[in-house]
Amino acid sequence: MLTILLFARLREAAGIDRLQLPDPAAPVALRAICQQLQAHDGRIAEALAATPQLRAAINQRMVGMEALVQAGDEIAFFPPVTGG
Amino acid sequence: MTDPMTDPVTDPVTDPRPDPVTDISVQVQAGRFDPGAELNAFTANTTAIGAVASFVGLVRDLNLDHAVAALHLEHYPGMTEQVLLEIAGQASQRWALQRLRVIHRFGDLLPGDPIVMVLTASPHRGEALEACAFVMDFLKTQAPFWKRESTPAGPRWVDARASDDHALGRWQAGKGVDHG
Repeated sequence: MLTILLFARLREAAGIDRLQLPDPAAPVALRAICQQLQAHDGRIAEALAATPQLRAAINQRMVGMEALVQAGDEIAFFPPVTGG
Repeated sequence: MTDPMTDPVTDPVTDPRPDPVTDISVQVQAGRFDPGAELNAFTANTTAIGAVASFVGLVRDLNLDHAVAALHLEHYPGMTEQVLLEIAGQASQRWALQRLRVIHRFGDLLPGDPIVMVLTASPHRGEALEACAFVMDFLKTQAPFWKRESTPAGPRWVDARASDDHALGRWQAGKGVDHG
């Protein structure tokens, strides 16, 4: 299974901080997982649409939307970071 | 045309110099910390350090013209530490540092509280000063923290600033001062 994590404003708007999706049969671009997530839940879709500069990480490394997702990966979506 | 003899291509970020053996420590914590005590402890047990640079970020009681009563810092446990270690590692490859320490809080903070502290130590000031700024610039745009302010109008997520992204530009290859 893929573990999907949401953070900050995106998590709050989606009303959920974590969910699971079935593993892809073969490595697939993160963009496709994002689309799958939008189809999975209308509220998450709205929250993603309301995040103009969406950032993502695969297995805790920040990546672009073309990065490949493999079975069992931990995927996180979040708005631009504001620490420090 | 580049001639390798006259135009040595050196990318300070990706071209590691001989291992400077930097003592790196990264701490992500909910509890408060004392910047003065951290600064004193940073140079303990050595007389080889000639320069220490430090940066402390504090919670302000005013942001974008509205009052801030409290600040909540959300983070991504695990990734946060990993990213900070990576940034510290890059700094230690780019500058000859003896020590580098990063402390960052998460959870609930009040105005006046220290949020983040970066400490760098080197034989001479240039390395320590530049490395400290480098770590902060990358931390601001790479480390997975998100601020939510409590204001009189209710809670409000802080927006990222474009100026933080622009600050990274000065660390690209060929820019900045080379103390090599």
